[in-house]
Amino acid sequence: MSTRAEAAQGLRLVSPTFLYVLVMLAAPLAMVAAFSFWTQDYLIIDRTPTLDNYRAALGEPIYRTLLLRSVAISLTVTVVTVLLAFPVAYFVAFRVKRQQALWLFLITVPFWTSYLLRVFLWKVILGYNGVLNATLMGMGFTDAPLTFLLYNANAVVITLAHAWAPFAILPIFVALARIDRSLLEAAEDLGDGPFRRFTRITLPLAMPGVVAATLIVLIPTMGDYITPRLVGGTEGLMIANMIQIQFGQANNAPLGAALAVTAMVVIGTISAGIFLIGKRLGGRLT
Amino acid sequence: MNETNGSAPMIELEKTVKRFGTFTALHGIDATVQEGEFFSLLGPSGCGKTTLLRLIAGFENPTSGSIRIAGHDMRGIPANKRPTNMVFQSYAIFPHLNVAQNVGYGLKRRHLSRREMAREVGEALEMVDMAGYERRAAHELSGGQRQRVALARALVMRPKVVLLDEPLSALDKKLREQMQRELRDLQRSIGITFVLVTHDQEEALIMSDRIAVMFEGRIAQMATPEELYRRPASRRVASFIGVMNFLPARATGETQTGLVVQIESLGEVVLPSHTIPAGLRVDDIREVGIRPEMLTVIFDDAPGPRHSFEGQVSGNSYYGDMTYYDVVLPGSERTVTISMRNTANRAVVRPGNPVRVGWSAESILLFRQED
Ligand SMILES: Nc1ncnc2c1ncn2[C@@H]1O[C@H](COP(=O)(O)OP(=O)(O)O)[C@@H](O)[C@H]1O
Ligand SMILES: [Mg+2]
Repeated sequence: MSTRAEAAQGLRLVSPTFLYVLVMLAAPLAMVAAFSFWTQDYLIIDRTPTLDNYRAALGEPIYRTLLLRSVAISLTVTVVTVLLAFPVAYFVAFRVKRQQALWLFLITVPFWTSYLLRVFLWKVILGYNGVLNATLMGMGFTDAPLTFLLYNANAVVITLAHAWAPFAILPIFVALARIDRSLLEAAEDLGDGPFRRFTRITLPLAMPGVVAATLIVLIPTMGDYITPRLVGGTEGLMIANMIQIQFGQANNAPLGAALAVTAMVVIGTISAGIFLIGKRLGGRLT
Repeated sequence: MNETNGSAPMIELEKTVKRFGTFTALHGIDATVQEGEFFSLLGPSGCGKTTLLRLIAGFENPTSGSIRIAGHDMRGIPANKRPTNMVFQSYAIFPHLNVAQNVGYGLKRRHLSRREMAREVGEALEMVDMAGYERRAAHELSGGQRQRVALARALVMRPKVVLLDEPLSALDKKLREQMQRELRDLQRSIGITFVLVTHDQEEALIMSDRIAVMFEGRIAQMATPEELYRRPASRRVASFIGVMNFLPARATGETQTGLVVQIESLGEVVLPSHTIPAGLRVDDIREVGIRPEMLTVIFDDAPGPRHSFEGQVSGNSYYGDMTYYDVVLPGSERTVTISMRNTANRAVVRPGNPVRVGWSAESILLFRQED
């Protein structure tokens, strides 16, 4: 078969997938990008290209605050989630001998209920008359209900960290489980105690899993709007809530689009940075 | 056994027992490895060779018994504090590090300057013929190169003992044979004690000063390669090392010069006293052994040896330099294997032809039936 015929066949093979990606992903993205350069004039859209939306998105304090807060919340959620996920993944990969599958299965159990249900659960736990406050008062640790638990950024971080934990545990587990145990023995043989074995072998080899976990948690939490809407109050609102408002009540789709594109660029840049750092650490943590 | 070194004991195993749950992997091993010796643990898969090596390295603790290295009791001393370094069966090359970083891994703790470090690593790589490969990534190495890097990584530590777990079993035949010689020569030149685990008897014979043959967690015989081949202590060792013909036999009497033995198909023969192993109970003799090369096909012109029999060739395998014949014994269904060096003016005997086979009483081997 000639290379041209092969290429043609290859194209035919990938074309359904390619079309699907084009229609489902690239087209909406292109639409959003296009909208961000237009202007909403009550019911009609003025298609004269303009950068006014970006000027507003980056310049007006409210949008800047929301954008920075979203970045801060999603980074916090990511750090908390990955730091808590690592020991769990490590435990299952290295300490559980016979029932790894069962453990992994149990870790995914929270997913059997809808996400909304889980968010409401946290509302019940963290609320003014919630489980946590009742317990603390009942045990005499506090006199009055704590109010910093719900309807702020803390609540958003707690709820999201809980929701994304399995997504962080699984890739780290896979990376840890793949580490050849004789590598750890070789490190021991060459003089390393448990701590150095961990920092020189286990951690660098787990890096791909840690980076995957970081990105898997970071990217979607940046754009989350259900969680801040339900447990974030006004202090916990994030950029996605504002984007939704612009497309809805505010009837300013172009500004919403510009906010969305800005958020994407910011999170894309951060992700690329994390990816590159992780790649270097994987080889250099010796 | 080693000409290059005085003999202080380097590794002393005393009644070393290892149990995994209810399974006993090692039943009381007693052995001493001398300083500078090339010592091999040889035995079939599952006999406990790796377990014994891991006990010496400190990856496992003995259930009972003691292990001393260079005169020090190793009880409670973890692997990272022992004067041993291991070449793992899988080589265990760190995949995230390049060759120099792999070899220098254990030197990191010695706080050498950058220059000293590079020199040590360079020398170790030179030793294993890998100079110039410092910057190679682990995944760019072939099997043979990985093996060399693993060896350099152990040697650079200047350990008292290098432990090698089937280091050549993953290599193809040609490379393996080359590495056997190189490893042997390297050990001779640096004089570090080597303990090699292998299931390949030929490899053990070629490389070792001394070999411990193990079966089911016990040492069946510990001897030099030559002793092991020429005087196997038990039937099992005899059949494990090289090719051996076994013939039913029993002792019928004793003379001043030796033991009278009746061998099936070969008849009665007096075995000289010096060939009879000490401690062998004469009444227990059920079989004798004879090596294929100790049986010789007699061609017309050759002078006849003392003993011979008439057999029939039932098959042959031609190896170029050698031919192996299967010869049916007279008055029996039994065949023996005979090896003959091929020469320029002698044709290979075809199956179906009769041959005269000569042998001598000195080449008849006696051994214990049980281990
Ligand atoms: N960690 C372990 N747990 C249980 N049994 C083991 C363990 N390590 C080895 N064994 C058993 O001990 C025996 C000897 O194993 P090993 O020393 O690896 O043999 P070899 O290296 O001679 O092939 C085998 O039957 C093996 O199954
Ligand atoms: Mg083994």
